Amino acid sequence: MLDKTGIAKRIAKEIKDGYYVNLGIGIPTLVANYIPETMDVVLQSENGLLGMGPFPFEGEEDPDVINAGKQTITMLPGSAIFDSAMSFGMIRAKKVNLTILGAMEVSENGDIANWKIPGKMVKGMGGAMDLVASAENIIVAMQHVNKAGESKLLPKCTLPLTGVHCVKKIVTELGVFDVLPEGGFKLLERAPGVSVEEIKNATAGKLIVEGEIPEIVI
Amino acid sequence: MNKVVSGADEAIRDIQDGMTLMLGGFGLCGLPENCITALVKQGRKELTCISNNAGVDDFGIGLMLKQRQVKKMISSYVGENAEFERQLLSGELEVELLPQGTLATRCMAAGYGMPAIFTPAGVGTEVAEGKETRNFDGKDYLMEMAFDADFAIVKAWKGDTMGNLVYRSTARNFNPVMAMAGKITIAEVEELVQPGELDPDHVHTPGIYVHRIFQGKDYEKRIEQRTVRAKE
Repeated sequence: MLDKTGIAKRIAKEIKDGYYVNLGIGIPTLVANYIPETMDVVLQSENGLLGMGPFPFEGEEDPDVINAGKQTITMLPGSAIFDSAMSFGMIRAKKVNLTILGAMEVSENGDIANWKIPGKMVKGMGGAMDLVASAENIIVAMQHVNKAGESKLLPKCTLPLTGVHCVKKIVTELGVFDVLPEGGFKLLERAPGVSVEEIKNATAGKLIVEGEIPEIVI
Repeated sequence: MNKVVSGADEAIRDIQDGMTLMLGGFGLCGLPENCITALVKQGRKELTCISNNAGVDDFGIGLMLKQRQVKKMISSYVGENAEFERQLLSGELEVELLPQGTLATRCMAAGYGMPAIFTPAGVGTEVAEGKETRNFDGKDYLMEMAFDADFAIVKAWKGDTMGNLVYRSTARNFNPVMAMAGKITIAEVEELVQPGELDPDHVHTPGIYVHRIFQGKDYEKRIEQRTVRAKE
């Protein structure tokens, strides 16, 4: 089974040289730590920054330099600042190559829910609805089951949707899955020490297993 | 062309109960702190506030919520404010949550004189309820209307007495698009300079959009999530 770091490391392998990438809050943020230094990758923060760098050294925090999670960050050489309208302009215009975000639920046809639990929790969608509506390449990083032990990979989402038919790939602590255009979670890789049977039991939606499933290598 | 006012109290003097205000900032970054303090002191009620977030419990718009000055919030993300969540879940506060890009682009549309925009954000979700949908080249888009705000209140790094504004780093965020969108736009700046002191090539918001400007004071610039790494 992968821990959060493991999920982040596995997702980092999906990033290609020359990509502009938007990382959501939570596990996706960790992905930045595992992008190979040999790669030219520019991180977009939707509050208006291209070229997001690591957290600042203690004492060097600047309240005017934050990411979309409101964390203090740094700007790398070659960064660019822009306003919120332009930020979502470049997202809608598909200039951002890859979006990685968390989710509460994903359905087997690629719908995603991650912003609201009616009557319990309302945080808002932030930039997630814009990102999932426009990005051509969306990877979800999440735990396979919720705190109650229920599968988050479902035939149909039960929570209010963030976007429809948009998720292409999912990485959880148990494995890596493609969301097929015709519907269904296709198991690509399983986490070290996790059997296909365990993944089947934790997946409520349609799981497609073809041939031998290799272990994740990170 | 006298745009300079003495401070926040004078800048917001004619804001009335029931008006719609835009407030710049992302989280607590680039927030018009002086004007929010003045709005809390002024105590107008039944306000509709358009702002990406709702502040935290004891800072930013959170202070106005605590005083029950806000009838309706229009935001994209409000996760950091317990009092907000309480007022929302109990039905005391009306809330319209919008995708962040929709929020920004509805401001932009107002500033560019366009009545509406089309965006794919929210198609197939509850955000689409009651909105016109149009299909372009096989893809659905929602029609979202330009905002109509009585006042836009923004914060810039530097500004000149003509109302030209320059923002600093990610404190820019919603400020330029909101500055363009208000019937009356108020800008508070960290440093007010004379015409000629800002390079025209570096102006982010042309002064034509700004009606009142003043040099703010006592900026707290609170950090919401202080994240650092250790020096090796």
